[in-house]
Amino acid sequence: MAHFDENAKPFSHQWLNERLAIDTLQRVLSTEYWIPKNINFLWAMGMVLAATFGILLISGIFLLMYYQPNTNLAFDSVNYTIMTEVGYGWLWRHIHGVGASVVFLIIYIHMFTGIYYGSYKRGRELIWISGMLLFVLFSAEAFSGYMLPWGQMSYWAGMVITNLFSGGSLHADGLVEWIRGDYVPAQAFLGRFFMLHVLLLPLVIIGAIVFHFGTLRIPHVNNQDGEEFDFDEAARLYKEGKKKESKVIPFNPVFLSKDVFVMGIYFIFFFYLVFYHFEFAMDPVNFDPADGLKTPAHIYPEWYFLWSYEILRPFSTNVGLIAFAIAQVIFFLLPFLDRSPNVAPASRRGKFKFWFWAMLIDMIVLTFMGKLPPEGAWSTIGLIAALVFFALWIALPIITKSEKKL
Amino acid sequence: MSNRRDFMGMALGGFTALGGIGALYAMKRTWDPLPSVKSAGFTTIDLKDYKENVLATEKWRGKPVFVLKQTKEMIEKAKKNGELKRLIKVNDDYYMVAVGLCTHLGCIPGYNPADESFLCACHGGMYDSTAMVTKAPPPRGLDIPPFKIDGTKLVLGETGPEYEKMLADGTTMKV
Repeated sequence: MAHFDENAKPFSHQWLNERLAIDTLQRVLSTEYWIPKNINFLWAMGMVLAATFGILLISGIFLLMYYQPNTNLAFDSVNYTIMTEVGYGWLWRHIHGVGASVVFLIIYIHMFTGIYYGSYKRGRELIWISGMLLFVLFSAEAFSGYMLPWGQMSYWAGMVITNLFSGGSLHADGLVEWIRGDYVPAQAFLGRFFMLHVLLLPLVIIGAIVFHFGTLRIPHVNNQDGEEFDFDEAARLYKEGKKKESKVIPFNPVFLSKDVFVMGIYFIFFFYLVFYHFEFAMDPVNFDPADGLKTPAHIYPEWYFLWSYEILRPFSTNVGLIAFAIAQVIFFLLPFLDRSPNVAPASRRGKFKFWFWAMLIDMIVLTFMGKLPPEGAWSTIGLIAALVFFALWIALPIITKSEKKL
Repeated sequence: MSNRRDFMGMALGGFTALGGIGALYAMKRTWDPLPSVKSAGFTTIDLKDYKENVLATEKWRGKPVFVLKQTKEMIEKAKKNGELKRLIKVNDDYYMVAVGLCTHLGCIPGYNPADESFLCACHGGMYDSTAMVTKAPPPRGLDIPPFKIDGTKLVLGETGPEYEKMLADGTTMKV
């Protein structure tokens, strides 16, 4: 049995150390968790995401106390009770709505930072895959949350997205009805998406975040040059006081202080949106209560789903569905489709530099086209951008295979 | 020793798997549509109430159902295009009765009586007055709900011989 000092005062440092090993925990999880020095502000996006998730969780808890998951009451419980009666209810709603939108902006920045610096390669594949899993989970969380106010956009987005599961010509209408628990989105549908949004998906997300952190531990965080160095040696130098010579800093307090600075700037932007520009996250169409007998003139998803929506749209049903399904999973395969051995920023990787910027610009074009009505020239540009998206993925293994080793 | 452990491992694993399968089945059944949802799936309409080329929208299983009494010209056109089989004949009148959800992704198309055609605003699909598709992306005409003719009345949700014939010759899909 372990040694317990009888004279240790309850809850004193020694008393806790003997029971919980708090010194070891702190060392392993923060003061001796080593982060490379050679990084920039983009490396703070992970903690910015964690903080945004925390804010979504807290605002969600307060919304949950007054929200009614009932098709007759849901719309009013949000737009009347929470918005006009509950003290500061509007604050939680606007934080939650803005947070749900901004979290995707940061996720995309976080993803493209990883792509630019090759942070998905050579030992870091699981970081990328667990991150993509989080992207899919956040998408499901955003979609299920979007159902809850039970406005026109909630209802019709629910109708269109669940219809995707009929699989086009497969006509799996039984599956669609099973997912909805009814012939159309109704009480059973709202009830189960409410459960998914407030319990099951957040639980899975928290688990996936822990897993994502776990995948980082052994390969370590990448750096601006993709340089591979001996972390043990660098840590030894740091602990000996040769902080200047060492290539690493401890997560806490050194890296975290930088993170907190970036977070400070981020939260100025975040709360500016919450207080002065929350309307960008509040679609006016969703301020009409759900009506199964009236479709809104244009149905479009929130901005962060527009690029994949635009990949669905220009094709016939079956081709569109297949294209859409591929677009949803293709990013998972990035570590295996990139055949180059180089871990380096895109700017030093020859043709990959152009691939990176072409992909980024193409996804921005798809996003804009997804918002515009599918008519005339917009339709054509959307189709070309969707084809370019697939052409880029086909080209990726070819151009990275021929890349010169740095 | 090892055999005894193996046996206990397999026995434990087997019973756990059995319980797991049972639990999965219960979970699947919990997500099924409720009996009350299933049994509310019938709507009766009286075809006498409709006027030619005026689109009426009824509600069946929470979905809109279009009813369009056909004009003489529409019937002629449908005959020419071989789409008469899509219409329901009661006495000497023909009616287009179809689920008003676009077969692409389920938006409600709008009717333009001047053109005698439907346009879905979501992705630009078009249908003629028999609700047959005339412009992609919808893969097929609007689906016809199960119906039974009862005098001049139509019971939506029940299956009559006329509907069975439509199913058999592929005029409509099962909804």
